[in-house]
Amino acid sequence: MQPLLRVENLRVEARVGPKRYAPIVKDVSFAIAPGEVLALIGESGSGKTTIALAALGYSRPGCRIASGRIFLEETDVLSMDRESLRKLRGGRISYLAQSAAATFNPALTIGEQVTESAVLHGIMDREAADARAVDLYRRLDLPGADSLGRRYPHQVSGGQLQRLMAAMALCSSPDLMVLDEPTTALDVTTQIEVLGAFKEIIRDQGTAAIYVTHDLAVVAQIADRILVLRGGDVMEMGDTGQIVTNPAHQYTRKLMAATRPPPRVTGDAAAAEEAVQQEPPVIQVKDLTAGYGRITNGKAAATVLWDVDTEVKKRSVLGVIGESGCGKSTLARVVAGLLPAASGEVWLDDHILAGGVADRSLEELQRVQIVFQMADVALNPRQRIGDILGRPLELYHGLKGAQRDKRVAELLAMVELPGSFSSRYPEELSGGQKQRINLARALGANPEIILADEVTSALDTIVGAAVIELLEGLRERLGVSYMFISHDLSTVASFADRIMVLYAGRVVEDGSTDDILALPSHPYTQLLLSSVPELRQGWLEDVTQSRAALAGIAREVELTEVGCPFYPRCPIAIDGVCDTTPAPYREPVPGHRIACHREIAELTEFEREG
Amino acid sequence: MSENSNDATQEIGLAAADARPLFQLSLMGKVGVGILGFWILVALVGPFLAPYDPADFVSDDSFGPMDATYWLGTDYIGRDILSRVLYGARLTMSLSFMATVLAFLVGIGFGFTAALAGPRTDMVISRIYDAFLSMPTIMLGLLVIAALGSSIPVLVITAGLIYSCGLYRIARALAVDIKVMDFVEAARARGERLPWIITREILPNAVVPLVSEFGLRLVFSILFISGLSFLGLGVQPPTADWGVMVRENLGGLVYGSSAAFVPAAAIASLTVGINLIVDDFSAQRGQEIAEEMI
Repeated sequence: MQPLLRVENLRVEARVGPKRYAPIVKDVSFAIAPGEVLALIGESGSGKTTIALAALGYSRPGCRIASGRIFLEETDVLSMDRESLRKLRGGRISYLAQSAAATFNPALTIGEQVTESAVLHGIMDREAADARAVDLYRRLDLPGADSLGRRYPHQVSGGQLQRLMAAMALCSSPDLMVLDEPTTALDVTTQIEVLGAFKEIIRDQGTAAIYVTHDLAVVAQIADRILVLRGGDVMEMGDTGQIVTNPAHQYTRKLMAATRPPPRVTGDAAAAEEAVQQEPPVIQVKDLTAGYGRITNGKAAATVLWDVDTEVKKRSVLGVIGESGCGKSTLARVVAGLLPAASGEVWLDDHILAGGVADRSLEELQRVQIVFQMADVALNPRQRIGDILGRPLELYHGLKGAQRDKRVAELLAMVELPGSFSSRYPEELSGGQKQRINLARALGANPEIILADEVTSALDTIVGAAVIELLEGLRERLGVSYMFISHDLSTVASFADRIMVLYAGRVVEDGSTDDILALPSHPYTQLLLSSVPELRQGWLEDVTQSRAALAGIAREVELTEVGCPFYPRCPIAIDGVCDTTPAPYREPVPGHRIACHREIAELTEFEREG
Repeated sequence: MSENSNDATQEIGLAAADARPLFQLSLMGKVGVGILGFWILVALVGPFLAPYDPADFVSDDSFGPMDATYWLGTDYIGRDILSRVLYGARLTMSLSFMATVLAFLVGIGFGFTAALAGPRTDMVISRIYDAFLSMPTIMLGLLVIAALGSSIPVLVITAGLIYSCGLYRIARALAVDIKVMDFVEAARARGERLPWIITREILPNAVVPLVSEFGLRLVFSILFISGLSFLGLGVQPPTADWGVMVRENLGGLVYGSSAAFVPAAAIASLTVGINLIVDDFSAQRGQEIAEEMI
């Protein structure tokens, strides 16, 4: 069959100085048949986005397409003039960017934006475009398809917005769609809903697609063929089945190794848990309620965290898990003293911590350190690494001059970075390196506990795995404890001794990692467990089928004061009970709590049936 | 490890950072620097070069023409215009510079405090500034001078306070944006006090827009002080000040004399020069920011 898109010997260069260029994509060739989905996979810096953009005849500022040819059927894309390129983009080829929130203009209705390119390119008139948009909303399982076009972007959820981007890209019936990490920023449960919708509509419309991602497990669900990239070179290209089951290249195998397997009970956590049980708690959280806005009578104007009880033992890792908006970052902020609690207490060792940073002693602050999610914004861009790392040393330990510099070098070594980095600015570092600096700054305080808020979420798999390894090593050597906050269950399960599952601001389940992973568990935990992508083809179909029972994926999370927060999404909810009465805690084994109205036996049975 | 695979991008990023000069002037920017440099030089050495004393009646001609003796002609009472412009440069420029520095200190100080100290302080300071902003600047200046009389300290302080209004707004907006960044949160969580957060975390990140603003405010103060002098409320004759000179010699325009035009041209060239630099600076920063966003 005649290929839809042919890329021949593509070479893209980035400007590194006056008239000096360095290649970032070296001699890449591939072809896509009509209706085929090709995945470009690699770490950050592998050139995958650059290649995908080149298919639109586009190179980012500071880059140039140095040589090679790109054909869309018979048309030579690279020799097109501006006007024809403009017609091509958004017409025959459409681009779907990573962040839906940044793609949609908050001031225009969804309908105007979805139909814009189709109308602008004269592919169809407004009525036809509107009709097609409504049809696409239906196919994408978006609620309220008929009136959706008149709503504004802030009125729909993140997952819905992501699917609306697909509608936007498909409205002009393009031959080729370029998807750039469209599910990377989503929660696992939302990711499934979006992936399912994408896959169905791509097949439905017969659109070919280039799918850019770093997540091999996601790619296995959606791609026909996979192109593995590294540093601008093709490592391997093959059918999805072959790459996933029998990768030829060593680098592909490494990528697969970094894709964490779905969490399973291993048993080694049990031994560790036993050892940890002997240790005294470092941090205890007692009956904590917190939120934003004015606090009256022990309640915030908008409460996001209800009655949280937990503790972190010395040398242990507490994993806090839940989807975005469940209150997990709020918990870290309260413990760190950045947000005063509405009611409840936070204990450090044997005394209560004051609510605000200003009322805590320097020693208390030094012992509890917080590490923020986005290393990009957590490091002051105008300070050198040496100053960023040196400040806590100065503040908490009074180190100055040569002593300080020596300790900075030690910290850099501890996070496996060269000492020469101390004279650099954050913008000169890669994402993974910035996250290491972010950690090193907390370590500089010699803390007893580190509150790590989604520290691996913004990193790609291999870099993320390295950061986890580092945290693990630091715990063994320095005896620090962690409160490890993440929405990624497999990361948490591989690292934490205990897990606390939050849903809509409430603890729905907590216990040792093994207990959480084993039967029985809360219906929400089950949903999370089954949502972690598996590295095999057909997983998506399996899970969406069994999930039919677990209906209500697309429902909104509601913060409620009465009843069980999971009630609207729960497949085994009891009407008249779950929506009115707070769920009691059930304890299948000591130290394992499940907040559910159902009996333990019922939960176990439900989970067995899948 | 990730390091190996990131080497390629790493090198590129670094090389790009090295190759990029801090601030590259365009042709118009260079012209601006030339003009400003010229006037600064004049302000420094002008009085030594001036052929006559600025207050001496050197010629019997009022509105004498430009000739070999009086290069730029003489004014309405026969004083040498070149000498007066050379002397006036120092006064005009130093007054507006002092006023601008004052506006900066006051505006940024209050702006950052309002942004960081809490909603109540913010409310109080902002409403006071709003009240000031609601009055036209020249009218406000007239009021103060009518009440306190015209002297150079009053002039500088008035101009400084009036222009601190705009700076207050800008500094507050910048600080509000920056204070929600995680690195400021991190500093708070570390236990840093307000002065440290302002000087080390926020100020360095606000410097670039504030520097462009400094140029613009300097231009405004030059125009404001010259404007007041022109109205007879600023620098008092016989002191040589460009605004005063324009006013004194206005009558000469009828006779085709350039006596009012020369100081006016001096004011215009100085403000245009500063604006050229500011434009260049902010255009480049704008482009950088745009590139970062892409």
